[in-house]
Amino acid sequence: MDSGAPAAGEVSGAVLPAAPSERAASDLALRLRAGSEYVAIPALALAIAAFLFSLFLLAIGKSPIDFVDNIWRGGFGSGFSFQNTLQRSAPLILTALAVAIPARIGLIMIGGEGALVLGGFASAAIATPMVGVVAPWLTLIVMASAGVAVGALWIGLAGFLRYARGVNETISSLLLTYIGVAIMNFFVEGSLRDLSNPNKPSTRPIGEAYMVGKIPGTDVHWGFLAGLILAVGLQILMTRTTFGFAARVTGGNMRAALAQGLPVGKLIVACAMIAGACAGLAGFYEVAAIQGRANASLAAGYGFTGILVSFLARHNPLAIVPVAILFGGLVAAGGLIQRRMGLPDATVLVLQGLIFVVLLTSETLYGRFAIFKTAASKDRT
Amino acid sequence: MSLAEPPIAKAPTIPQRAPSLETIGMTKVFGSLVALDDVSIKVAAGSFHALLGENGAGKSTLVKCVMGFHLPDRGALRLDDEEIEVKNPRDAQARGVGMVYQHFTLVPSLTAAENLVVSRADAPAVIDWRREKKALEAFLERMPFRVPLNRPVSSLAAGEKQKLEILKLLYLNQRFLILDEPTSVLTPSEADEILGLLKAMAHRGEITVAMITHKFREVEAFCDEVSVLRRGKKVGGGKVGALSTRDMARMMIGDAAIRQSAARVKAPKSGRALEIAGLTVANDEGRDAVAGFDLQVRAGEIVGVAGVSGNGQSQLVEALSGQRPIKTGQILVHDQNFEPTRDNFDRFKVFGLPEEPLKNAAVPIMSVAENMAFRSFDKPPIASLGWWLNPAPMRAKSRELIKRYNVKTPSTETPIRDLSGGNVQRAVLARELSGDVDVLIVANPCFGLDFASVADIRAQIIDQRNRGAGVLLVSEDLDEILELSDRIAVMSGGKIAYVTDAAGADRTTIGRRMAGH
Repeated sequence: MDSGAPAAGEVSGAVLPAAPSERAASDLALRLRAGSEYVAIPALALAIAAFLFSLFLLAIGKSPIDFVDNIWRGGFGSGFSFQNTLQRSAPLILTALAVAIPARIGLIMIGGEGALVLGGFASAAIATPMVGVVAPWLTLIVMASAGVAVGALWIGLAGFLRYARGVNETISSLLLTYIGVAIMNFFVEGSLRDLSNPNKPSTRPIGEAYMVGKIPGTDVHWGFLAGLILAVGLQILMTRTTFGFAARVTGGNMRAALAQGLPVGKLIVACAMIAGACAGLAGFYEVAAIQGRANASLAAGYGFTGILVSFLARHNPLAIVPVAILFGGLVAAGGLIQRRMGLPDATVLVLQGLIFVVLLTSETLYGRFAIFKTAASKDRT
Repeated sequence: MSLAEPPIAKAPTIPQRAPSLETIGMTKVFGSLVALDDVSIKVAAGSFHALLGENGAGKSTLVKCVMGFHLPDRGALRLDDEEIEVKNPRDAQARGVGMVYQHFTLVPSLTAAENLVVSRADAPAVIDWRREKKALEAFLERMPFRVPLNRPVSSLAAGEKQKLEILKLLYLNQRFLILDEPTSVLTPSEADEILGLLKAMAHRGEITVAMITHKFREVEAFCDEVSVLRRGKKVGGGKVGALSTRDMARMMIGDAAIRQSAARVKAPKSGRALEIAGLTVANDEGRDAVAGFDLQVRAGEIVGVAGVSGNGQSQLVEALSGQRPIKTGQILVHDQNFEPTRDNFDRFKVFGLPEEPLKNAAVPIMSVAENMAFRSFDKPPIASLGWWLNPAPMRAKSRELIKRYNVKTPSTETPIRDLSGGNVQRAVLARELSGDVDVLIVANPCFGLDFASVADIRAQIIDQRNRGAGVLLVSEDLDEILELSDRIAVMSGGKIAYVTDAAGADRTTIGRRMAGH
């Protein structure tokens, strides 16, 4: 299948092909060939993880086929379950974007959970004095802004520490998550506690009238649409703007970026802040569309699952959407699996963990398969 | 020497004298590429053999087949006229065939002694250091050169590290040494010293050496025989004295035309293009690697900065190109204060051509078109409104540059890491030199490139000088500096130690100043 390719390469080196359409076609073929590797290897990783998980299920005496069946029914099989899946995928899209954008500039930020929790908490806290005083639409705008701002500052701090002091951003963003959760607990169990609710420490509920509604005709809240728009918008930002270009140069080779005089520090902090804003927005929707108040349920692990989603999507904002829906389905089916198969909720976490480990291992496979190689890369010895 | 106990590393199966080695019809195919095509080379016992060839000619593939990194598709290997089978590097080592790689393989945080002892396959789990040290001293007594045993390798100079690499092979009792461009990290005097020592050892019948190189001067000064490879085939060779440089060059590059260096003309511009005053820059450890560096470069002049590697050259270049903060001092471009920011690079027309462009000036995973747009992506026509990126003009510009600078790439969309080293450097050169240049900062621009690319790139640098650019050329290759420079400055201990006009330059004086005398 390669017989023509090297010859074409030689020709285009000296004299570029005349017909632009022909050139465009070969460019596209080249990109497709190279791009297919990024689909095939994660897919292979998923398959291997599924196989290992089947072994796990067999070992505890459960049927993998039942498991798949329940995932299908609980996550995708009916209109109701699929809407539930979309609902759950909304925060996953946003927290995955919170990993993907810093990854493009070469940072592994895993603090989405903390930004989500603090963003949600900030939304709920700022809403408390406004409920019943200010109009709902204005309250929601203020809440969203607070969530976005607090999330942006939280991850932005990890970015700043990375650039200014060389602190490892993976560690700092992870540790900031624990601090974030602790800050929320401090207030929720203290000065901002809703005393009318003795069971679970929470902030005061914002009330039905102040909640974000559903997308008309569905059971899915607007956060899903926000995630879609942000995914598309951030893809455009990273590929079609000078900011995204500069960020990709910085992420691809810091030394080259410095030699081009690019404002590396600002770019790093900006990307970290965009990430935090996405996670903070997820927190806002969790409060304003699902929970109605801030409490420990905010730390439900969406921030951590988002890491997995982003890695599986190879930090591509557009690819994050389908992957997030897949994982939203897993989360949504968790309850059904618990009831029907008598498996604990954590079973899904076992699956997620397996996927992550296999996926990270599969990183070493890139460039090993001749089928994905282009003529030029093959000529190198 | 009789005081020595027998060295602990002695492996009784290996003879204590130089072996001969012969490849017969060695062939290796990678996919559709024939990397080695029926190559037969005989290296006589006790000789110093040179392996010449351009990048991609198959030299590395050949020695990798000998060392057992690759299994040849066809062909045989004879050691001392006896056919041997080498399936992996351990087999080669057991037969006494060892290799010094282009880049150091020592553990920087360990001392020389520790590096030597841990390199042994039979190093015991608990090491009796007193005994080992004594054995090492005894071993060094018998060697023609020595290195400080008790200092961490990271504090050794490049020449000492290279000596240690060679000592390591001798310590492991390897008598057939393969050297892969061993002098690319050394000063000329270090290179001459080491090659001279190896030559003497070979002629005493202690070792046999096969050396991959690009440098004709080294071949002529030190080697007995030469084999030339081109496109995977052996195209010629023979006794060194019987071949002229011209013959060897013709074999190496075939019929490809080499661009002649542009003649020097008087530049249309004048004045001080670049002035560096009292520059102090810290290295990664916080010590001042550049300490009070002063230098002026006039417009239309190439100033070559020579020096032993590690005397602050890389920190100097990094500071000038914005990769490293400046502690104190001033940089002036045409008498105006210059700070290395993106705006200033454009305003003052300051451009750079770094060493190892894939590491310093390109993003490997981005496409050729994108890499060529690093200087222009935030300006019209590629950017509109200051932030929107238009791929069409980016590709158009890249196609124009690819054609003008003869960059060999299958497409503008190919990731730049898939290009050969020479073509990556040409792409960077096209990006940096296609406009009007006032100041050009060049660091080891031809490091690791093939013959034709080197000639090309040097011609471009001369061309910029003729058009009025002030060129600061920092290079570890003294030949390159002597060939290109109008003035030569020697850098030692982070500052300028000596400046001379290239016309009256004397190799020995420069060498002495490089060594800090």
